Amino acid sequence: MEMFAHLADGFATSLSPLNILIVVLGVTAGLFIGAMPGLGSVNGVAIVLPLTFVVPPSSAIILLAAIYYGAMYGGAISSILLGIPGASTAVATTFDGRPMAQQGKAGLALIAAAVASFVGGTISVILFTLFAAPLADIALKFGPAEEFALVLMAFTTFVGLGGDDILKTIVMICLGLVLSTVGLDLISGQPRLIFFDQPGFYSGISFLVLAIGVYGIGEVLYTIETSKTAPAVTPAKITLKELGLGLREMNKLWKTMTMGSVLGFFVGMLPAAGATPAALMSYGIAKSTSKTGRTFGKGNIEGVVAPETANNAASTGSLLPMLTLGIPGSPTTALLLGGMVMWGLVPGPMLFIEQPDFVWGLISSLYTANFAAVAINIALIPLFVWALRMPFTVLCALVLVLCIVGGYAPSQKMHDVWLIAGFGVGGYLMRKADYPMAPLVLALVLGPLMEKSFRQTLIAERGDVFAFIERPLSGTFMALALLFFLLPLINYLVKGAKRKIAPAE
Amino acid sequence: MLAADRLIAAALMALSAYFMWHATVLPIGWNGETGGPGGGGFPFWLSAIMFAAACGILLKTFRSQARSGTFFDLSMVRSVLAVVIALVVTIALMPIVGTYIALPLFLFWYLRIFGRHSWAVTVPITILTPVFLFFFFEVTVKILLPKGFTEPLFFPLYAFFF
Repeated sequence: MEMFAHLADGFATSLSPLNILIVVLGVTAGLFIGAMPGLGSVNGVAIVLPLTFVVPPSSAIILLAAIYYGAMYGGAISSILLGIPGASTAVATTFDGRPMAQQGKAGLALIAAAVASFVGGTISVILFTLFAAPLADIALKFGPAEEFALVLMAFTTFVGLGGDDILKTIVMICLGLVLSTVGLDLISGQPRLIFFDQPGFYSGISFLVLAIGVYGIGEVLYTIETSKTAPAVTPAKITLKELGLGLREMNKLWKTMTMGSVLGFFVGMLPAAGATPAALMSYGIAKSTSKTGRTFGKGNIEGVVAPETANNAASTGSLLPMLTLGIPGSPTTALLLGGMVMWGLVPGPMLFIEQPDFVWGLISSLYTANFAAVAINIALIPLFVWALRMPFTVLCALVLVLCIVGGYAPSQKMHDVWLIAGFGVGGYLMRKADYPMAPLVLALVLGPLMEKSFRQTLIAERGDVFAFIERPLSGTFMALALLFFLLPLINYLVKGAKRKIAPAE
Repeated sequence: MLAADRLIAAALMALSAYFMWHATVLPIGWNGETGGPGGGGFPFWLSAIMFAAACGILLKTFRSQARSGTFFDLSMVRSVLAVVIALVVTIALMPIVGTYIALPLFLFWYLRIFGRHSWAVTVPITILTPVFLFFFFEVTVKILLPKGFTEPLFFPLYAFFF
């Protein structure tokens, strides 16, 4: 089996002392970031990315992936102890985690969340390992036409499945794509969209600038407004007895955990879906299939397990299309993709051929990250309880300073710092008006690929637009894209038809 | 809420129109010789879609009832505005007085005046954060942060660490 050989090589990379240290550091940082209300994996990765210049590129990506992972574990901590989700992905964990804490079972809930995250993470990493190489093989056959169709499909999932206002979603996708064209034209090399003749725009708008603006400064402004006082923290103590009890309880829930993991993995792969809907879906399914479904919402441990397996599995799932196809499955993986491009590790099928050491090192580091995360999570619970008491005004001040310096460091231009401030305020206002941020970030990251593949195809086919539909693979993607785009309309028509049949309603 | 919705939609329309105007610098039409659109085509037509979508959002606000709740909670808008102003002042000061004066000033304002924290919290964070930044960025990663007129004060430090 070639795969096992690759994976064994990968472990040789990820088990090097530097990389183990990096995984432990990343997971710990991720746990803290995830546990802080308001800050999730995407904020963590955006704020920490500029700091990763210290380590070599492949280790930097492992660090960011570990933060991503740790944040997924950490989200549950504030859901349980504060009743406020630490990240949107942990919303479903509050439903039963908070009641458990109020009944004095906070320790048990935290153990359940950590172990469930571990199970979800591990099952999904195994799925990831099985799917990655075959998917990369298929993707090797992709030409520019297929790439364009795939990117288009990724955007239409936001329209069809995103659940946000459709027009606002379209605005954000277009805004991201237009911002990605700032700088030099990819084909002719001529400058375009140089606003106010500022020389800073010649190098384009970096994804990092947008991400730090929106997810760093924008998030802080949002947090200042929504929560000025630190909420009450439920105390939690972890004893070995409780750990044993938790593990015994969990042993009865394998069906739920497997369901949550598999569901989470596949939902996570879709760009518009991801960890939050996966966790909510998993919670819903567990509630309707469980023998104890009636006690869901009142402190049922299964209600903590189901969403926590799913959101961790989804975070792994979203890495799959990013690494194999170069299409991120979530805003956080979009940032990882941007980071990889910055370091010259362009994701996609070629990466599996050109940089197998890196790819399999990253995959195997996900296994070690899971082990590290569950151990650190349970061991450091008293520390998290203490950290959650940190006032927002201290946290926000430090995050803002990191945003300013982190925004300056990559390009060493004040121009970028001003842009970050602008994006921060703009993003904050638009988020308040319910404009979705994920499509904006994804569009900025994928914009260059989309434009390049579109224009390359047309140049190769001498301007024949039907080239996108005539090739079987790209034709299929285009058909799917059309389906996703029309999904809201179809839903609307179906609902309308139902209403006509049953006018009494 | 409705007024804010309209204002944002209108601003987005203006922004997309501005983008469209900028995009026309390069050819936006179909290029007969090489095939495909010119360099301005992509940004122009995407801005056009954005304009249309923002226009749709604006029109929708006239049809819908006012959403409940206000866009800004007045007690909170002052806090947000204060932080934004502090941020702008800090960024503006950075190239003039240097990072190591601008950022401690910001931290001091945020912790002591905005956050009303005790001196025991304010002083260590205000002093230790720039020290950490110096060792992390300048010493470890060799990225020099802007120093403005404080640059000469750093010469002995440079000589020591590099």
